[in-house]
Amino acid sequence: MGALLELADVDARYGPVQALRGVSLTVGDGEIVALLGANGAGKTTTLRAISGTVRRSGAIRLAGRPLGRRGPESTARLGVAHVPEGRGTFSELTVWENLRLGAHVRHGSLKADFDRVLEYFPWLETRRSQQAGTLSGGEQQMLALARAVMQRPRLLLLDEPSLGLAPLVAAEIFRIIRELNEREGSAVLLVEQNARTSLAVAARAYVLEVGEIAYSGRSDELAQNDSIRRSYLGY
Amino acid sequence: MLVRPATSWIVPAALVGVVVFLVVGSLDSAVFAQQTVSGLANGGIYASLAVALVLIYRATEVINFAQGALATFTTYVAWQLISWGLSYWEAFVATLLIAFVGGFVVELIAIRPVERRGNQLTVVIAAIGLLILVEGATGWIWGNGIKFVPSAFPARFYHLGGATISLQDLGTIGVSLASVVALWAFFQFTKVGLAMRAAAVRPEAARLVGVRVSWMLSLGWGLAAVLGAVAGLMAAPNPSYLLQPTMMDGVLIYAFAAAVLGGLESAFGAVVGALLIGALLNLLQSYVHWVTPQLLLPVAFVIMLVVLLVKPSGLFGRTRVRKV
Amino acid sequence: MRPSRGTVVGIAVTALVAVAVALLPFGLSNYHRSTGATVAVYFVAILALNIVTGYTGQISIGHGAFMAIGGYATAILTHDHGWNDIATLPIAAIAGFVAGVIVGLPALRFHGVYLALTTFAVALAVPQLAKNYSDFTGGTEGLALPVHSGLWLYEVGWAVAGVMLVLAWLLLRGRTGRAFRAVRDSEVAAASSGVTLAVYKTVAFGISAAMAAVAGSIYVLVNNFVNPDVFGLTLSLYILIGAVVGGLGSLWGILVGAAFVQLLPNALTTGHVVSSQAVPVVFGAVVIGVMALLPRGAANLLGLALHFGSQDGQHSDTPLGTEGR
Repeated sequence: MGALLELADVDARYGPVQALRGVSLTVGDGEIVALLGANGAGKTTTLRAISGTVRRSGAIRLAGRPLGRRGPESTARLGVAHVPEGRGTFSELTVWENLRLGAHVRHGSLKADFDRVLEYFPWLETRRSQQAGTLSGGEQQMLALARAVMQRPRLLLLDEPSLGLAPLVAAEIFRIIRELNEREGSAVLLVEQNARTSLAVAARAYVLEVGEIAYSGRSDELAQNDSIRRSYLGY
Repeated sequence: MLVRPATSWIVPAALVGVVVFLVVGSLDSAVFAQQTVSGLANGGIYASLAVALVLIYRATEVINFAQGALATFTTYVAWQLISWGLSYWEAFVATLLIAFVGGFVVELIAIRPVERRGNQLTVVIAAIGLLILVEGATGWIWGNGIKFVPSAFPARFYHLGGATISLQDLGTIGVSLASVVALWAFFQFTKVGLAMRAAAVRPEAARLVGVRVSWMLSLGWGLAAVLGAVAGLMAAPNPSYLLQPTMMDGVLIYAFAAAVLGGLESAFGAVVGALLIGALLNLLQSYVHWVTPQLLLPVAFVIMLVVLLVKPSGLFGRTRVRKV
Repeated sequence: MRPSRGTVVGIAVTALVAVAVALLPFGLSNYHRSTGATVAVYFVAILALNIVTGYTGQISIGHGAFMAIGGYATAILTHDHGWNDIATLPIAAIAGFVAGVIVGLPALRFHGVYLALTTFAVALAVPQLAKNYSDFTGGTEGLALPVHSGLWLYEVGWAVAGVMLVLAWLLLRGRTGRAFRAVRDSEVAAASSGVTLAVYKTVAFGISAAMAAVAGSIYVLVNNFVNPDVFGLTLSLYILIGAVVGGLGSLWGILVGAAFVQLLPNALTTGHVVSSQAVPVVFGAVVIGVMALLPRGAANLLGLALHFGSQDGQHSDTPLGTEGR
């Protein structure tokens, strides 16, 4: 079988500070996996290590193929869409230009992709020429997801999609993530501090503590097992 | 953080005022009209180079001091091609292509290695080193004498209400504006153009969508070199410039002034600034007697300084708020 | 200045070097002595530039203009009014200081690139003004000055350099120096900590310009001639190149930088390594190469003990990148 994404014993450092220590995890084809943990645990660094934004040692394989020392430009071409903290919105460009950029690695006609994106987010049509930086937080998050959809990724790396959003908006975002996963078949590695909603959406979860994997298992188990949940997630 | 200035009507109003002044003056006096047109032609040359400067500045926040010298060098290449037997237009097109490749390669070899480990200041010094190198190479290969480059336009003059206006000047204005518009269209409508813009404003986010940011920089230099080549080819036949190793030195300075005046990040502003500087300086020189040719440069800069003191980010620049 | 491990050693080394510098000309020809004097000129100019750029982080590509002011002050006083050469130096310094303050004041409004371009404009404008007001300045034909022997020029040049160095050292080690560094490292923080930002920045410019003016005076004496082209843009560029190639904020860097911009082109020409036409090509290539390989300048490579306070090494902010963007 082989998972879509495999991390084996990955280390990463920022200068003298070691952010990740021997991290191993997998994400299966079409799976939603949550990566949880407190602030500073290394969740963002893990995503950066996968997309190649930060240097790391250890093995990372995508569909069996080692990613080596690829940078993000190259990883994007392999079908990995990384929506970073802050959404990576091109604030100075228009909504439509942001979408076009999402499809940068794709060739051929984009019409089908635009149509599909508008199905998920019909409101984008009326805002095409608006400067992306003037959208609200929730709208920018949706634009970021839309941009990722344009890429038709095999693997979606989402860094705290609900950050700074009102609960209703966040719930909508998670609903869309689940819908994207079901309809597009993209696997999702979801980094979140909001554990409760993530566990509702993801099939499996890992918990990071100070750069190391402290717990891994099915999300329903984690959600239901009070003692584990309390000790790792604090609620 | 970008802030839209509250008094954003002042600049357009002032510009409209200037245009009205130029039009009325030209209708009123033949000399005025002639000086305005030839001033605008100068402005067109400045504009091409100014947009080249803005292009590189937007991508790297570095001022390319070597832009003028590179433009001169490519103009010499054109001269060389013509002297080897190519027709003017063949040489013109070939030169633009060579300029593109040249600019691309220069960024790759001379700038990228510096950018990798250095900061803005080191890149600026490298650009200055490049200026010295290229200007030296031009003199070394072709000598310091003046060379003749034909004009793209036949020598024809139009007589409008007493004023004599050359096709050369009109053509210069036209070609300069056309090349800038072509560049704009490239950036607005093509995939690569969009990728370049993305790389300039948000390089990290651009990488994440797969844009090869370093190649975009090289491309930017290539395009800037093409604009410089256009400027050089327009300048060389003009008796105020003539093809010599120092041909674009003065142009570079006015191009800087224009770019700064327009707001360093705005190509449109650079063009407006360039045309303004070209026209106004010519008029000043004709009508204000204490403005001698030597004083043109200081006067241009005083104007620029005054504008900057009032609006530090230039005419079309966006005011940036510094986070405390 | 923090008493560093190497201060005593550093001072001893400097004293040794000073003696060596003083004795050197006795082994050189007259021509080389004048060349040595020119290196002293660049030394002072680069030292001056370090005060604004290396210390308060204000980039200036205009120091040639301040040299011009000093140079013309000396030339006019000597030529038209019969002053003694050395006596003109303080006047040049004062003229330079005033000019520096005049430039420094509007410069407060500009940062980074805009400041660089403004000083660039000043560097270009001053020679043009000199050409224009030719009754006063001798115009393009210039003014001729009495000739001095190479030895005199060398010793005077380096004596002045030594004086400037000591003055700069005294200035930068105390409260003023700390204030200057505070301005460079974080203008916002410096402002909120009560440093009267505007005063310090303007004074820094003034002092820097005064030093550059004195360098200009010596330059004019070395060439025994002045005209606007002597102080053209090339000079300002070379000073900046010398400062960065040598290494901003480092004493040895200043010496290395001055030697680099003066001696390398000279050596290439007289050593017939390449034809004189090709010298700028080689020089430009070397500058690019140095920037690629040693971005913090040659002095960083040498890593020697006596610095003017903290080196630029740890800071990611640069004179161009820190402010206003």
